[in-house]
Amino acid sequence: MATAAITAERETYLNSAYGLKSWLLTKDHKRIAVLYFITISIFFAIGGTFAGLIRLELLTPEGDLVSSETYNKLFTMHGVIMVFFFLIPSIPATLGNFFLPMMIGARDLAFPRINLLSWYLLIAGGAFAIFAMVAGGVDTGWTFYTPYSTSYSTTYVIATALGIFIAGFSSILTGLNFVVTVHRMRAPGMTWFRLPLFVWSHYATSLIQVLGTPVIAVTLFLVLCERLFHLGIFDPALGGDPVLFQHLFWFYSHPAVYIMVLPGMAVISEIVSTFSRKPVYGYAFVAFSSMAIAVIGFLVWGHHLFVSGQSLYAGLVFSFLSYFVAIPSAVKVFNWTATLYRGSISYDTPMLYAFGFIGLFTIGGLTGLFVASLGMDVHVTDTYFVIAHFHYVMVGGTIMAYLGGVHYWWPKMTGRMYPEGFAKLSALVIFIGFNLTFFPQFILGYLGMPRRYHEYSQEFQLLHVLSSAGASVLAVGYIMPAIYFLWSLRYGPVAGANPWGASGLEWRTPSPPPTHNFDRIPVVTFDAYDYSTVIPTEVNDVGH
Amino acid sequence: MGTQLRFMPEQASTIAADVDHLLYFFLAVSIFFTLLIFGAIFYFAIRYRRRSPNELPAAEHTGLALEIVWSVIPFGLTMIMFGWGASIFFKESRPPDNAMQIYVVGKQWMWKLQHMEGQREINELHIPINRPVRLTMTSEDVIHSFFVPDFRTKQDVVPGRYTTTWFEATKPGKYHLFCAEYCGTKHSGMIGWVYAMEPQDYAEWLAGGPTGSMADAGARLFDDLACGNCHKTDTNGRCPNLVGVFGSTVRLAGGGTVRADEAYIRESILDPDAKVVEGYQPLMPTFQGQITEEGVVQLIEYIKSLSPKPGTLIQQNGPLVPSSEPAAAGASPGQLPSGNQ
Repeated sequence: MATAAITAERETYLNSAYGLKSWLLTKDHKRIAVLYFITISIFFAIGGTFAGLIRLELLTPEGDLVSSETYNKLFTMHGVIMVFFFLIPSIPATLGNFFLPMMIGARDLAFPRINLLSWYLLIAGGAFAIFAMVAGGVDTGWTFYTPYSTSYSTTYVIATALGIFIAGFSSILTGLNFVVTVHRMRAPGMTWFRLPLFVWSHYATSLIQVLGTPVIAVTLFLVLCERLFHLGIFDPALGGDPVLFQHLFWFYSHPAVYIMVLPGMAVISEIVSTFSRKPVYGYAFVAFSSMAIAVIGFLVWGHHLFVSGQSLYAGLVFSFLSYFVAIPSAVKVFNWTATLYRGSISYDTPMLYAFGFIGLFTIGGLTGLFVASLGMDVHVTDTYFVIAHFHYVMVGGTIMAYLGGVHYWWPKMTGRMYPEGFAKLSALVIFIGFNLTFFPQFILGYLGMPRRYHEYSQEFQLLHVLSSAGASVLAVGYIMPAIYFLWSLRYGPVAGANPWGASGLEWRTPSPPPTHNFDRIPVVTFDAYDYSTVIPTEVNDVGH
Repeated sequence: MGTQLRFMPEQASTIAADVDHLLYFFLAVSIFFTLLIFGAIFYFAIRYRRRSPNELPAAEHTGLALEIVWSVIPFGLTMIMFGWGASIFFKESRPPDNAMQIYVVGKQWMWKLQHMEGQREINELHIPINRPVRLTMTSEDVIHSFFVPDFRTKQDVVPGRYTTTWFEATKPGKYHLFCAEYCGTKHSGMIGWVYAMEPQDYAEWLAGGPTGSMADAGARLFDDLACGNCHKTDTNGRCPNLVGVFGSTVRLAGGGTVRADEAYIRESILDPDAKVVEGYQPLMPTFQGQITEEGVVQLIEYIKSLSPKPGTLIQQNGPLVPSSEPAAAGASPGQLPSGNQ
């Protein structure tokens, strides 16, 4: 049998040791990535179940499936789980953890023990969040707006906030590890401008994680202080300022959007290049656009506060600055599209996900222009328009990229190919289901359907039914990969070292990789995406 | 099931068409770029599909001009979006001077509204069309948000401070009022209706009301709380004379000045030591907990009525003022009639 053949041949990170202990105490970045992979898959399933229940409830205008208390807990826990325990760790902690060291020709991250600690912190934070849910749930919304969260909610705010607080340290330490690794661990010849764009994007992401996450930690700590000790910080009845909370919260949570989407862009750059067999067009522009997004992303938080009572002039400044962050994102989309020009394009599953990402992220980004505009945002903020907008970015963007990346690197991580036909079908089902779920929500929002409504006026029902129907299609699309990936672990065809003809260093070592990634540390003598080093034939210029 | 599929809400205020026109601009730009990107991807994906497993296309050199073009053109478009949106926002943020005043207090989970003429409503707001309406809003508990989709109006309602917004309805009708900021269990039940009426219908509706003006209610409350014991209407009181205070600039003990607006008067009632007037001692007790937010706005209206320059519109709009008959029984100052609580 094939498994026996592989294991007999050579040692890999998967067969170097056996037993639970060898996984739970591992310092191997690849094994830690697998631990994260299992963890966030569970969180995704939990968060997705909540989403399903929300969509089921919203089939009818009346609140007939669950009570208002339960509904409010469902959308809160959906948001908390998906944002803090799935999206933020998703790509960096799994694909980043696994491939960032390999792409730069390193044997591991700079701090392997801290890497393992990061995973335990996510588990500890997740345990608090799960405890809060099992004990009775939390109903503040994932945004924890004060004074509701500090003085009015009677649910498990403290446990949930503590969970996010702890998980934040996981994010900080992962970011720190990546920054140091990129600075210190590059292989000989791997200069900054030979780095794959995946690494640049993760570097930018890591800076946000290190600089931004402490702010949410402090903010939630202040919420805890007010809730537990009645220190007047945010509640005006205690002498505090409720809008201050929103400033602090969004100072982190807007950049956190880029923590979630920059790694998605990282994946797309790799996939688009590999399946076009061309360097990413405008490499330097794409690299620096990641850095620009990271920096400018810290200056736009006030666009979440246009109707909060913030001053007119603050609104103007934040609206103005928000448009600056749109440009680097647009530059990336244009450069990916230009990469296809005169390429050698194949339609393997990862590329289909990349096409999906570019399309959906384009719509998510363009509708971001709507909500950055003061006059428009007053009408659409806190409606389904905003929900649709950020799901296009977070789900249409990040999750499409994540799934694309998992398909792309699956043969490297497991040594097995997934079934291509089912995978292509899943990409299509997800694309259709996603649009059917979220496109009607743009219309709902503009019509005035507010967010977080358990019951709604019946004129909105038709669009809600469409959205719920789409959600069921989307659910099928997400369940399919879960099944065929598991299937492929045992029955998938054995993958070679480089099934796609990709050029990154991670493809120049066997699949699955040995424990120390490379038998010999590579010496890099070529730029990123130089396909002449991997494709065996003469240059065949297809454009003519 | 909803009766029909609609794509646009009603345009029922002066600002609604402005916002919709901006929407059309956004849609045009978005559709253009979406088609451009989708079209280019489809075309390239088919035109340059892989024809043999080992083909290797030549790398392209990055065109600096192209990078500049596709940075600068979108940037120019976004600046139009910024400027256009900002100009609408300016309009939305600045109520016309002749706007009629209505006070809004949000609480879990209802809207309480008071008209200057004394009418009070819960989860319903009656307004005349073709006349700007300014809302001064606060919350008794958590943050709420006053949202009328058909007017394209939304403004958070924040405890501990006043926020304002305004609109001018253009069509008689019944429009949704939603709370748009999540406020707890019955958030989705914190809804109501705005009734925009022909001016004469509105005048009739007002005349059907039972009470004296808000300023009258404030005057009664002023008496009930014995404010007049110190705030005398001559210069002999231990506390500042309130005649003419509203709208003036007040010198503070310890230096500095403050404009006596709604927020300052509210603060002086609930937290009197925060800003003490120059020449006076901090003697006043706080009325925090003894007076509702609705009572505070009644007191504000009473104090406004003491100003020589009217801060209110009652005098400017003669026909709408109900006759100044003595206040009917019913609402005690600062409290809603029981049964509405």
